[in-house]
Amino acid sequence: MASDTPATESDITAAFADEPALVAYVAAGDPDAEATKEYVRALVRGGADVVELGLPFSEPVAEGPTIQQAIRRALDAGMTPDRYFDLVADLREDEEVDVPLVCMTYYNLIYQYGPDDVAGPEPFVAAAAEAGISGLIVPDLPVDESDPLKAACDAHGLDLVFIVAPTTTDERLGRMLDRATGFVYVQGRLGTTGARSDVSDETHVSLGRLDETDLPKAVGFGISERDHAREIVSGGADGVVVGSAFVDIVSEQEDTAARLEAKARELKAGALDGAEEMAQPEGK
Amino acid sequence: MSRTDTDSKFGDYGGQYVPEALMPAIEELTDAYERYVLDNEDGFVDEFRERLRDFGGRPTPLQRADRLSERYDREVYLKREDLLHGGAHKLNNALGQVLLAKYMGKDRIIAETGAGQHGTATAMAAAHLDVDCEIYMGRTDINRQRPNVFRMRIHDAEVNPVDIGSGTLKEAINETMRDWATNVEDTHYVIGSVVGPHPFPKMVRDFQSVISEEAREQVRDRAGRLPDSVVACAGGGSNTMGAFHEFVGDDEVDLVAVEAGGSELTIDEEEDLAPHSASLSTGEEGVLHGARTKLLQNRDGQILESHSVSAGLDYSGVGPELAYLADEGRVTPVNVGDDAALEAFHRLSKLEGIIPALESSHALAYLEANPESLGDLVVVNVSGRGDKDLDTVIEESDKRNLDAAPSMEVFEGGE
Repeated sequence: MASDTPATESDITAAFADEPALVAYVAAGDPDAEATKEYVRALVRGGADVVELGLPFSEPVAEGPTIQQAIRRALDAGMTPDRYFDLVADLREDEEVDVPLVCMTYYNLIYQYGPDDVAGPEPFVAAAAEAGISGLIVPDLPVDESDPLKAACDAHGLDLVFIVAPTTTDERLGRMLDRATGFVYVQGRLGTTGARSDVSDETHVSLGRLDETDLPKAVGFGISERDHAREIVSGGADGVVVGSAFVDIVSEQEDTAARLEAKARELKAGALDGAEEMAQPEGK
Repeated sequence: MSRTDTDSKFGDYGGQYVPEALMPAIEELTDAYERYVLDNEDGFVDEFRERLRDFGGRPTPLQRADRLSERYDREVYLKREDLLHGGAHKLNNALGQVLLAKYMGKDRIIAETGAGQHGTATAMAAAHLDVDCEIYMGRTDINRQRPNVFRMRIHDAEVNPVDIGSGTLKEAINETMRDWATNVEDTHYVIGSVVGPHPFPKMVRDFQSVISEEAREQVRDRAGRLPDSVVACAGGGSNTMGAFHEFVGDDEVDLVAVEAGGSELTIDEEEDLAPHSASLSTGEEGVLHGARTKLLQNRDGQILESHSVSAGLDYSGVGPELAYLADEGRVTPVNVGDDAALEAFHRLSKLEGIIPALESSHALAYLEANPESLGDLVVVNVSGRGDKDLDTVIEESDKRNLDAAPSMEVFEGGE
């Protein structure tokens, strides 16, 4: 990768360029690392444009019950940051996995990684970049505390993705957009992650506030069906982030890879429907 | 409570490590803390003090412990927070925060609880101030703290069991934060200790510092001078900071924080388990529940399950200000094990006619172990009463054949 070009050359941003993107989450190591590789391949076959690979932390305060349990299973099966980076490096060798990989984790794991005498996020970011991670999402790190991690990400060419909540004030939004790279993660509703049966009105309000930004906008929290993806993309989003709907399939352990692929295909089709709806009223 | 104290950090500790969805609520709370608590806007502090007096029963006494003074050959005074309404210091904070929520126009209160003392104090304060209240409590804790569950329910609070993980305080905090992230617009989270994101560590400390404000006056009245040392137990650290805060500027007063040494001071890396709760004396810097502080964690940064015979000290983290004061050398962190705490429980009950909470028993156990280190005039904070702990104490004393424990054979034989 050309490291002499500025951070605007983001492969994550590029993944949104041609059509609405599906960002698919699974927890790494649930139920084990080999299975995760198979699941990532299946998600990519089904049309995932970015894969968000969760690095499990013992206290996942932003997650609902589905992903909490996946994280528990992954930890019980022995997932660690080092094993996670090995898994990522293996996936990067896999020709079938030709999409950016994003690491979603909590700040303490980032802060602790590396030699005991080096405090701070730099060793983690260096190892993530080395393994082939393209960006980070850290749900317990608000923009106010993000300076050290942002500096490390800039130094190693990683995107740092910020989550915009329905409660985010304009002043905070401005500070986030000043720093955000990759894409803007729009939290579709208040609460924790988890599949819901409808699309919240808050989603539409949030998307409206982000009209001005050049970065792609992807909506997450509560999306599980084709119709949700369609509605969100037709409402102006550049993509959807889906986690719990995939993790539910993983938890059931029945024909998992095939069902993940089918679910990804369904959601991607919904996103494409939405893009078509967007295009039609304009008469194009 | 009039100082302008608005920095979110204590050295490198503290801060605001929470999901973005909560940040606007935290900014709103910070503003309310500065206006009402620090600047006494609308007479908030006056109303808080009046309610602490009339509803809570403040001031609590500073009592000379005659037989302990004799036993250790020095002047020992007890700050009797066990005599506060509800039986523990917890009401100081719960009443302050529930009242603040009312000033902020929030009509729903949520709180986590481990042993049930903070949940009970919050339920009492919510009933007193007519606010809806829901408490999150781990399933394991619900089963071992039944009397406090009854008390919360009797005060008309909902008790929501938390089933994931070990079902203790750490999981209850996670789940309360999730509720807050969902219902942030009409809900205030009454956090139970000097932990969490800014402004909680400072705000809870300010509500609890009435303990040291009174004790400092009382000891000067009684003994004619400041004490050589103040001793308090430390879990999350709210009674600790409450007992220390007004003495921090008095360099001649040693501040001793006694943590739970549990069964031993080791870490089981295989099981990610620490059989103690000594995060201040043995933990490493990290980020948990909104703040950078000292934590019990493994090499990777996963948080360890802690242990103490005292449920109220059984927590993997500690307040960031205590971490800072310990690094600065202003607070001396020490620890005592389960056995010594149980013996201290029986000792105070027999010698002074006071049944202390198992948490407070840790402070008293340190006095037994190292009286010379504490000087000629010692104040020990008795943070709560031990009625809630009787089942645990009898069972655990029996298991250990403790000499100090009374025989309970009166129950045997059915006569």
